Amino acid sequence: MHELSIALNLVEIVDEAARRAGAERVVVVHLRLGAMSGVVQEALEFCFPLATEGTLVEGARLEIERVPLVVACASCERDVQPAEGSFRCPLCGALSMLIRQGRELEVTGIEVPDPEPAMEEP
Amino acid sequence: MPSLSTRLLEIRTGVLSKNDQLAARLRERFRAAGVLALNLVSSPGSGKTALLERTLTDLVRAGHRPAALVGDLATDNDARRLERSGAPVRQIETRDMCHLEAEMIGAHLDAAGWNLEDLEYLFIENVGNLVCPSGYDLGEAVRVVLLSVTEGEDKPVKYPVLFNSADVAIITKLDLAEACGIDLALMRRNIEEVRPGIAIFETSARTGAGMDAWLTWLTARRMRGDAM
Repeated sequence: MHELSIALNLVEIVDEAARRAGAERVVVVHLRLGAMSGVVQEALEFCFPLATEGTLVEGARLEIERVPLVVACASCERDVQPAEGSFRCPLCGALSMLIRQGRELEVTGIEVPDPEPAMEEP
Repeated sequence: MPSLSTRLLEIRTGVLSKNDQLAARLRERFRAAGVLALNLVSSPGSGKTALLERTLTDLVRAGHRPAALVGDLATDNDARRLERSGAPVRQIETRDMCHLEAEMIGAHLDAAGWNLEDLEYLFIENVGNLVCPSGYDLGEAVRVVLLSVTEGEDKPVKYPVLFNSADVAIITKLDLAEACGIDLALMRRNIEEVRPGIAIFETSARTGAGMDAWLTWLTARRMRGDAM
């Protein structure tokens, strides 16, 4: 269970970015989470609100985009998605270590309140 | 109620980027000092300390200069055990942390006051855990995953993330293989399934079986020096 420390790192990055942008708070946090990141999504979602307490991120929604494992198969010469717990090409059965994606654990963006909201019709 | 109008700020930052930066600095320090740093990961009880004890002892006897940082949730039992090898050893008590981070390595190296130039090998024994240490770069040149014959053949496919992150796998407690009825060929296949092309050693710290091959690999890897 290291998701709390992951959540604390995440909140620190987001809080700092929000401050730099002069935002008062953060509404949404966008995160890309790879199948091989070693992070359990449910555990991270559980820890996230705890980690946000007392920061600009408090109350923000965590939007997670899951990234499947994709490896480059040397014999098929294409990018393939192996079955879970395997690095075997589903097309030809060869093993491949060339990971194209799946290790992601990154903040891609945050949504903050617009300082000049569009005028509402009366 | 008017819907909240928001603007999107693109960030694109790795959540562990701070750790990665500290690890990169450590890696550069190790490289400059000619130290081969190794990060030992495994589940609790798979024999990290026993293998390390034997490795340190054998290296010291052969005239090499290894040192070790040992992570545990509590107690300095492992450090005291490893000190008998004659190598400098420092315990990292993580309190409740389930893994080591680069910041701890830097802090403990400074506190230990070791001159890296005087060392050839730095072994970092991580906290026994097959999940959490995988994402944390400690600046090591080699990540070693240990798997004891008592753990069963299918552990690698159950924990692919950690096994995949390793550069070397060591099957430990080989002296118990027969008693456990382990299928070693299957265990090796399962390691390769999640980490194709990995170097695999089979050892027993108790009998010394396989230690020569492991030590030969270690010294050759340090001499080669690339990507250290």
